[in-house]
Amino acid sequence: MGIKLITLVVIVLGVLAIAQLMRVYELSSKLRKTGENEISNRDNKLNAKMMLGFMIFMFGGFIGLIWKYGWVGRGDAASVHGHDLDWLLNVNFIIIILVFFLTNFLLFFFSFKYVKKPGVPAFWYPHNNKLEMVWTIVPAIVLTVIIILGLKEWGEATGDAGKEAVRIELFSKQFAWEARYSGKDNVLGKFDYKLTHDEKNPLALITMETIDLAIDNMEHGPVGIDSLEHKLNNRKIILSPEDRDKMRKDLKRKEQLVRLLYQMRNGHDDAMDTTAWDDFIQRDTLYLCKGQQYEFNFRSKDVIHSAYFPHFRAQMNTVPGMTTRFKFTPDKTTEDMRKERGVEDFNFMLLCNKICGTSHYKMKMLIIVLEEEDYNDWLSTKEKATFWDTFNTEAPAEGETEENPAEENQENT
Amino acid sequence: MAAVAHEAHGHHDAHGHHEESFVSKYIFSQDHKMIGKQFLTTAVFMGVVAMLLSILFRIQLAWPGESSDTLSFFLGDKWAPGGILSEDMYLGLVTIHGTIMVFFLLTGGLSGTFSNVLIPLQLGARDMASGFLNMLSYWFFFVSSLLMFGSLFVETGPAMAGWTIYPPLSALPQAVQGSGLGMTLWLLSMTVFIASSLIGSLNYIVTVLNLRTKGMSMTRMPLTIWAFFVTAVLGVLSFPVLLSAALLLMMDRLMGTSFYLSDIIVGGEMLTNHGGSPILYQHLFWFLGHPEVYIVLLPALGLSSEIISTNARKPIFGYRAMIGSILAIGFLSFIVWAHHMFVTGMNPFLGSVFVFTTLLIAIPSAVKVFNYITTLWRGSIVYTPAMLFAIGLVSTFITGGVTGIILADAALDITTHDTYFVVAHFHVVMGLSAVFGMFGGVYHWFPKMYGKMMNTRLGYAHFWITLIGAYGVFFPMHFVGLAGAPRRYYEYSATYGYFDNDSYQQMMDLNVIITVFAIVAALGQLLFLFNFFYSIFRGPKAPQNPWRSNTLEWTTPVEHIHGNWPGELPTVYRWPYDYSKPGAEDDFIPQTVPLAEGEEEH
Ligand code: HEM
Ligand SMILES: [Cu+2]
Ligand SMILES: [Cu+2]
Repeated sequence: MGIKLITLVVIVLGVLAIAQLMRVYELSSKLRKTGENEISNRDNKLNAKMMLGFMIFMFGGFIGLIWKYGWVGRGDAASVHGHDLDWLLNVNFIIIILVFFLTNFLLFFFSFKYVKKPGVPAFWYPHNNKLEMVWTIVPAIVLTVIIILGLKEWGEATGDAGKEAVRIELFSKQFAWEARYSGKDNVLGKFDYKLTHDEKNPLALITMETIDLAIDNMEHGPVGIDSLEHKLNNRKIILSPEDRDKMRKDLKRKEQLVRLLYQMRNGHDDAMDTTAWDDFIQRDTLYLCKGQQYEFNFRSKDVIHSAYFPHFRAQMNTVPGMTTRFKFTPDKTTEDMRKERGVEDFNFMLLCNKICGTSHYKMKMLIIVLEEEDYNDWLSTKEKATFWDTFNTEAPAEGETEENPAEENQENT
Repeated sequence: MAAVAHEAHGHHDAHGHHEESFVSKYIFSQDHKMIGKQFLTTAVFMGVVAMLLSILFRIQLAWPGESSDTLSFFLGDKWAPGGILSEDMYLGLVTIHGTIMVFFLLTGGLSGTFSNVLIPLQLGARDMASGFLNMLSYWFFFVSSLLMFGSLFVETGPAMAGWTIYPPLSALPQAVQGSGLGMTLWLLSMTVFIASSLIGSLNYIVTVLNLRTKGMSMTRMPLTIWAFFVTAVLGVLSFPVLLSAALLLMMDRLMGTSFYLSDIIVGGEMLTNHGGSPILYQHLFWFLGHPEVYIVLLPALGLSSEIISTNARKPIFGYRAMIGSILAIGFLSFIVWAHHMFVTGMNPFLGSVFVFTTLLIAIPSAVKVFNYITTLWRGSIVYTPAMLFAIGLVSTFITGGVTGIILADAALDITTHDTYFVVAHFHVVMGLSAVFGMFGGVYHWFPKMYGKMMNTRLGYAHFWITLIGAYGVFFPMHFVGLAGAPRRYYEYSATYGYFDNDSYQQMMDLNVIITVFAIVAALGQLLFLFNFFYSIFRGPKAPQNPWRSNTLEWTTPVEHIHGNWPGELPTVYRWPYDYSKPGAEDDFIPQTVPLAEGEEEH
């Protein structure tokens, strides 16, 4: 409380002090018989000099920042197209910094130089078509260059990935990333959000078994249709009207979803199931291979996120209801980068760069780039961890024991 | 019409209508001058609120996790337990700060104030085309301001999805608590705000087209009026699109439609919505959002054209080119919106088209800058506080404009999108330029609005603190962004501190510098507030034409009267920029002075 009081007192005193100063100033200017609108030569000159001074402060500050934090303020890129983008950024930066210095210099210098001097009238100069043409055409030419260079890079960065690119899906949700490697066939299995099952099928892949699991869960799961109906119809359970209302809505929603699931089951062709079964899911850490092109497919479970890889100069939003893509080729391993930077604990990372809720700022994934050999070693550890393996062996979590999807799946296959 | 009635009892009336009650004069006034002042005071209040919010979240950014008395003072235990800002409230503060600054200070406040005050006065009209609608426009603005301000005090917090309120985040209360009642209030407030803006804009357009006095052809209008006019047209064409975006969002929120929602599982709940597209919202939003940037900017440019010409004692250079650029900017601003969406997964070819159109806008903008600079060349510059701010505007317009070239280049936007580089860019080009224009306008037209003079010395101090503070905040911010700092992050140790300590150190050093400058700049605004309110009541009386200016508003008496001119409406004989014309006696020739014999119109 003390601090608040003191702050308040200081503010009040400050205001009073200024008021007093104003009074004195006003009285003295009344004596001098000049109004606030009559700017004295002294004031004019003072402000003119300040203009020049400010320009020096501003330019100095800018150069100082560059000095301290490096020419565009960031380290080298670690991907193939990233180097091109950095080159383009440098070109653009040179252009805009020149323009920045030149025009700001003219502005502040003229402001300094052409301050009112008694007896010197301003120069009557309402227009000059030639000049105006010049400064329409020159920017137009410069911009043309910028556009052409920019579109070339843009085309390359966003073009389709080659056939040999490895497909990886990056799945985003509040507030974590998960990766799904496309497995041996390099084809990502299809998905449908309605199949999501937190333990057994978090990425909602489509196979006959996962459809059955979802239907079963929706009908007989712990908060499935059966249990809702039971609660709603059981007179012994007393529910507040709001809860009852909520449950009814929930029931309606689930009935609608289950109808859709049956439709899906009817139309399902299980020939494609293998594309999903050989995929494998990777949490926490994304392993990549140096020199390998990757095509990332992005998905979101809930709101828009954005997959941002600052060191690879890559970014793409993840949008619920649609798949977005971006490709790049890392060309430095984590080790390379540590040496280059001289920092032992440096790591690549994937961040979220679209506001997505409370822990947006913590939504991240570690990325490790390896040499081919090490990468293959790592891959081989994943051979027994495909979707098929995890789906069929992982024990269901506690409280979910009334259903036994593993058995059911055996029947279906 | 009121205007005609006034002709009759013209000059007996120098002291206004005695029979006017307090309520109809100061509250439900239909007089454009009073309405302009109402807009200004409301906007000043909202601006102070938004500035305070920015200081609060800046404290968190510079000293994350440290307890702060300021935070607990303003936010209490709920939102700043132990003096540490809550993560949710951080997002709430950022959202409301952005919303108020863009819409309430710089749209409602800037164009609302000066369009109202200046359009009739500079055109030689008795009042706006419809005084009643004009009054409605203000009261809608007032109500929407209250709603927005009120949303800060909601139990579940204000809207927290950023000022762009992208769904699904803004559509689903399960996703973030601010998307509950807070977001509903946000949408309501903006709906009322849009109504206000539309009513106002239509009124401005009609007034400019129909109520110009004799001799005031379109090509004799001051550039301020051109700017307000084009601004109003932009508003009329783009705000309805925002309204539709907001209405669809409301329906998704309240009625279970799926315009923006598809295949979502949030908070463990599987939604049935299918087939909508969140990207649709972004298209609708930015179809307003980009013109909005110019709705904010053009009035500021218009005001500074007038201020610079008057105080350089020189005609504005290239008057017609200036009009041309305003029109070109206005037109182009409608075909660039998707430059905000390069990395949404939009078709890359479409992206290329928007790169092209966006970079085109740089041309008329460059023309304007060069014309300002040439206007200063060989002028006889008088440094009123307004002139200082106008020059500051040109500088920030350049500095912010050039970084726009980087962001407009889709390839470069891949890495800079949604980082602090963007935040720095738009603050400099839109925030600072418009705020400087607004301050310049207040200092310049204060004598007209209140009949009093503001204190010049305090104005100087205010300007220099603001300019240094502004660059001190936003220059380093570019480097924070280039180091890779995403915007709307509560803090950076959880990411950069963990993976990339080099960049983290850079961000943290700079964040402290930024916050210190921000606090200094914010304290500097106290000088303005004091000067403003003190001068309203105790400032020295203003002379009729304090800046020796040509435009019509300075031919009206200092005391406000309903109908503006006591006698007949003035007649206009020349353009407004005859400053230091060779052969003339004075260094200015008001628009009401007929051409001398043998004199050519510029
Ligand atoms: C004291 C002066 C100011 C400071 C220190 C300041 C600082 C900031 C910061 C740090 C952000 C957060 C960016 C983020 O995390 O996304 C922000 C957001 C924003 N500010 Fe300011 N700002 C100031 C004045 C202004 C002004 C004058 C405007 C008027 C245009 C403005 C408009 C915005 C907007 C539109 C946002 C975006 C909010 C969002 O991304 O959701 N600010 N400001
Ligand atoms: Cu996220
Ligand atoms: Cu834009």
